[in-house]
Amino acid sequence: MSTATVLKLHGAAGTGQAAPAREGAAPAAPLPGPLPASRAAEAPARPWAALLARGPSGRAMALGVLSIAAFLVAWHLASTYRLDAFIRFINVPGPLVVLDRLAHALDNPSFVQNVLISLRRIMLGFCLAALVGVPLGLVMGRFRVVRECVFPLSEALRPIPAIAWVPMSIMLWPTTEASIVFITFLGSFFPILVNTLHGMHALDGVLVRAARCLGASERQLFLEVYLPGTLPQIFTGLTVGMGVAWVSLIAAEMISGQFGIGYFTWEAYSLIQYADIVLGMVCIGVLGLLSSAVIRMIGGLVMPWARGSAVQEGR
Amino acid sequence: MSVAPLAGPVAAGGEPTRGHVALRDVHLRFESGRQSIDAVQGFDLEVRPGEFVSLIGPSGCGKSTLLNVVAGFIAPTAGAALVDGEPIRGPGADRGMVFQQYSLFPWKTVRQNVEFGFKMKGVGRARREEAARTLLGIAGLLAFENHYPDQLSGGMRQRVGIVRALATSPRVLLLDEPFGALDAQTRAVMQQILTNMWQKLRISVLFVTHDIEEAIFLSDRIYVMTARPGRLKMMLPVPLPRPRDPAMTSSPQFMALRRTVSDLIREESLKAMGMELGDGLLDGLSIDARGKDLAAML
Repeated sequence: MSTATVLKLHGAAGTGQAAPAREGAAPAAPLPGPLPASRAAEAPARPWAALLARGPSGRAMALGVLSIAAFLVAWHLASTYRLDAFIRFINVPGPLVVLDRLAHALDNPSFVQNVLISLRRIMLGFCLAALVGVPLGLVMGRFRVVRECVFPLSEALRPIPAIAWVPMSIMLWPTTEASIVFITFLGSFFPILVNTLHGMHALDGVLVRAARCLGASERQLFLEVYLPGTLPQIFTGLTVGMGVAWVSLIAAEMISGQFGIGYFTWEAYSLIQYADIVLGMVCIGVLGLLSSAVIRMIGGLVMPWARGSAVQEGR
Repeated sequence: MSVAPLAGPVAAGGEPTRGHVALRDVHLRFESGRQSIDAVQGFDLEVRPGEFVSLIGPSGCGKSTLLNVVAGFIAPTAGAALVDGEPIRGPGADRGMVFQQYSLFPWKTVRQNVEFGFKMKGVGRARREEAARTLLGIAGLLAFENHYPDQLSGGMRQRVGIVRALATSPRVLLLDEPFGALDAQTRAVMQQILTNMWQKLRISVLFVTHDIEEAIFLSDRIYVMTARPGRLKMMLPVPLPRPRDPAMTSSPQFMALRRTVSDLIREESLKAMGMELGDGLLDGLSIDARGKDLAAML
């Protein structure tokens, strides 16, 4: 936050802040005494009961299981009876065939190899995007000059989908591997950058002023205020970025065609291994789900304050 | 540097020697687009070492802005701002500040918040933890050292905020309507806590508020500001004895002071409103737009 912004803020705040600000912040507890202790005491004695109350209700669970089961049964019937009514299930393998295929695939070293290669590309591309996107977003949020330099360029490049970069990327990079990692990087970079920047805008200026009053240097501000203060938005960016990274990776693997789970899926089509198509799809879905779960887990670990009252009971 | 918790400016029971704040003929003008606004004109203020001084005035008079000058967030357009004779150049740990909005770091526990100033000075983990625990113990907040700010009530958050600002023994404590967001009962308790704390520490305090009783109850002297552009309306000493307690608020002395201050501020508030309404409108009502006549009418 530049001095100019602080000036403006105060110029504006001085005019009529008193009354509305007081009302806005009114929900304070009536006494400065040990209220949270009583709040903690009100917490349910049986933690599992609270967990159940918080999680999905029995009805929601039952309905969820029911809808998935219905989907599988419909799929099974459609492929068993070779449904052919505009959409064609003539060549589509049933769920049982796919399940059987999965059992074999895990013994198949080339399938496992493809999965590992895709994971490595995701790790490289995504981590690079995070390593560049987060610091760049923080610096752009802090220094107007940097923002004015980078923002127009990033806004110009952002609407181009990572997939559209595939031919250019193959020309740019010496190896296919590098070009695929680059595509993955591009896919996740912009969501991470934009969300970090948004986090910097959303950061309450009073926290920065408080830190400066407590003697924080510019470097300390980044480490102690900007970074932790924007973590919630950074993790939103990482979650979105991870999703886009998978989309970009699979497309790049399908087009440039050298190993990976996307390549596996496309090749299965070429080789008329129809069960493998579904296997590839399911595998991509599971990997995507797992990688966003990992990010959420890390987010929970590095942002213990966001877990709210759970922490209080844990201590 | 010293990690001695809550070390006031008093050298072993003597008179406070540091924490002298001076504003000399301070002007503040803000440019927004083509408009320029005179927020403060020719303001003089002094906080003597160990003194509790309040700054009060109608809303928009620039009292918070002046506090931000002392904090170092705003440089005066003209005039001088000094702490212990040295010109103020930007914010620093020698001036502790408590804000109206809750300003605890939500990602840090209560203790980590109090440790923040020590950490910025490079004090090692063990020493700063110990210092923070001592301070929280004195403030009666030790039981909540591992709580996050979101788990505290508004009054407790401000108490932690005050402890955090005092932790590294600043020369002067700046408070910007710190209890403005609290309800009446909590505010009264917090005022008592603050005045007791000050009584022990004898640290210089500059306190901005729009609450007249609060200013009288806490202060040695009160600076009343005019409506914008902010100038000194009147400086009033508060001769109430110390230590202060809530019973004093019904003493004749207190009542008289309250009436004086509130008359001064009402006059200025009306003036500010009159300016916003525009002279034309008031002319139509054939009222003298300025000051006492209008005040008397209402």
